[in-house]
Amino acid sequence: MNAASQSVQTTPAPWGRVRRGRYVADRVLRIICTLFTALGAFVLGWILLMLLYEGITALSPSIFVATTPGPGTKGGGIANALVGSLILTFLGIAVATPIGVMAGTYLAEYGKGSKLAEVIRFINDILLAAPSILIGLFVYTLMVRPMGGYSGWAGGVALAIIAVPVIVRTTEDMLRLVPGSLREAGAALGAPMSTVIRAITWRAARAGMVTGVLLATARIAGETAPLLFTALNNNFWFKPNLMGGVANLPVMIYQFALSPYENWRQLAWAGALVITLSILALSVVARLFLKKDKAR
Amino acid sequence: MVAVSQKQFMMSMDRPSRRSNQSGFDKIFRLASLGSALLVLIVLAGIIGSMIHGGLPALIEFGPSFITSSVWDVQRDQYGALVAIIGTLTTAVIALVIGVPISIGIAIFLTQLCPAWLRRPVSTTIELLAAVPSIIYGMWGLFVFAPLFAKFVQIPVSKIVEGLPVFGTILYSRVPSGVGVLTAGIILAIMIIPFIASVTRDILDQIPTILRESAYGIGCTTWEVVRHVLVPQAGVSIIGAVMLGLGRALGETMAVTFVIGNANRLSASLFDPGSTIASRIANEFNEAIGLQLNALMALGCILFLVTFAVLVLARLLVARVKTR
Repeated sequence: MNAASQSVQTTPAPWGRVRRGRYVADRVLRIICTLFTALGAFVLGWILLMLLYEGITALSPSIFVATTPGPGTKGGGIANALVGSLILTFLGIAVATPIGVMAGTYLAEYGKGSKLAEVIRFINDILLAAPSILIGLFVYTLMVRPMGGYSGWAGGVALAIIAVPVIVRTTEDMLRLVPGSLREAGAALGAPMSTVIRAITWRAARAGMVTGVLLATARIAGETAPLLFTALNNNFWFKPNLMGGVANLPVMIYQFALSPYENWRQLAWAGALVITLSILALSVVARLFLKKDKAR
Repeated sequence: MVAVSQKQFMMSMDRPSRRSNQSGFDKIFRLASLGSALLVLIVLAGIIGSMIHGGLPALIEFGPSFITSSVWDVQRDQYGALVAIIGTLTTAVIALVIGVPISIGIAIFLTQLCPAWLRRPVSTTIELLAAVPSIIYGMWGLFVFAPLFAKFVQIPVSKIVEGLPVFGTILYSRVPSGVGVLTAGIILAIMIIPFIASVTRDILDQIPTILRESAYGIGCTTWEVVRHVLVPQAGVSIIGAVMLGLGRALGETMAVTFVIGNANRLSASLFDPGSTIASRIANEFNEAIGLQLNALMALGCILFLVTFAVLVLARLLVARVKTR
């Protein structure tokens, strides 16, 4: 703080009209910053328009019924990949939510100020940004190799590992916003800590925690790299035991987009449109959810 | 909001037996939350362990030459990581060179220049850019950006620099297809901008308003406030935010796999195709057997160590502004 105020004082105090150099520097900064922001918005718009343009021409009701076609087969759809993606994402979130919420609760409630909690928080932040392809390799070693083949379970676990840090982080942040007086009031009534947490803190932070789960869903729904070596992809409906690979949208898009077949590419665009719109919708809903809660 | 009802409260007073029951549950609940938290550590340890376990045979086989050799020959079972490592570093550096000024510009726009009504929509737009799956960036890069890049940048620039001493090498494209190291770097820049921009915005927001206002009060222009108040205050943390972006850029897989061209060639030109660690793993892992698998795992190990170091540094730097 001192350094800043000193450096401000050391700049020669200009009296009277603003010098031309200062004026120019200021204008340049404003224009450049505004241009950069416009560029960011422009790129998002460009990507969305490209998806809409390429995707809508490929979309038709029939692709939501038919399965992905084999090489050289005409027509086909994305139904199996769509359902497979839903299953994998659901599986990932179902595994990640209890673990993430409990871990976040530990960090915010039990581990306040402890060294262990600090280490876990730090590692969690690292995992939040860890390359997702390495998580794919990890789950490959952990599940695919021992189980003797690709499976939906491995895909679900890989997605869960990506989702957990997101949920831990938001849960902890949201629980920290709950005023301590609420907890104290519960404790004063003689409620044990677990009851205070479940009936008071969680309830007060519910909207924020749901937002965390929604954001985690949005994050894993489009993840491709961790599924490459775990759930893989195929052109069939998933088997009831989820073994032997499960068709899913991200890997299907990856394989089909780079293929030489025109109908495969069309399906990749359709899949890309579906997945991006759902993820963006999820992110927006999550944000609105939090905003509504704050307004309350 | 307080949900412990009177009835529950009375019950716990009446029946002490229930109390001991609850303390049992209390313990289980506590242990469950501790266990979940520890799982985070276990996962990280598991990632390190599996990389080392899988990569060790290749590292033993080739020794230090694994890092210094640029040979990646599946037929002869000879593997070296140099091309992938250089590709990873080059694309990440390009991404930072392009992405960092733009990100900081966006953060300054959002915190200093933007009218209040525009702030939220613009913020959301930038954050949505982070939510777009990386595979979509890959498709955009390959099918939309690369052809335009080839036509309007690679071909004209190659014509201009042809024959020039240094630029004639690093900016010359023999086959102007649009894909290559520079294209991958540009796509990566677009992908890390939202991360760096939103962290930088949060850092700038944390600087007390009074500092800014007093600077404006003595007649500073926006540029001077940024240069003499915000940068000294937030400098170190902004470097942390940049490192966070670097961590992302190093490990990004799908988008890079689409646009880098996936060639194992050490080329001096930024327009030539190359490969990164992540793109090579994504490309080859499913068909790999034996030593190739180990070599890919060893690549993963290197990637992990580098990103881990970068992310640790990033977190330490970002955390500094909070503790101050």
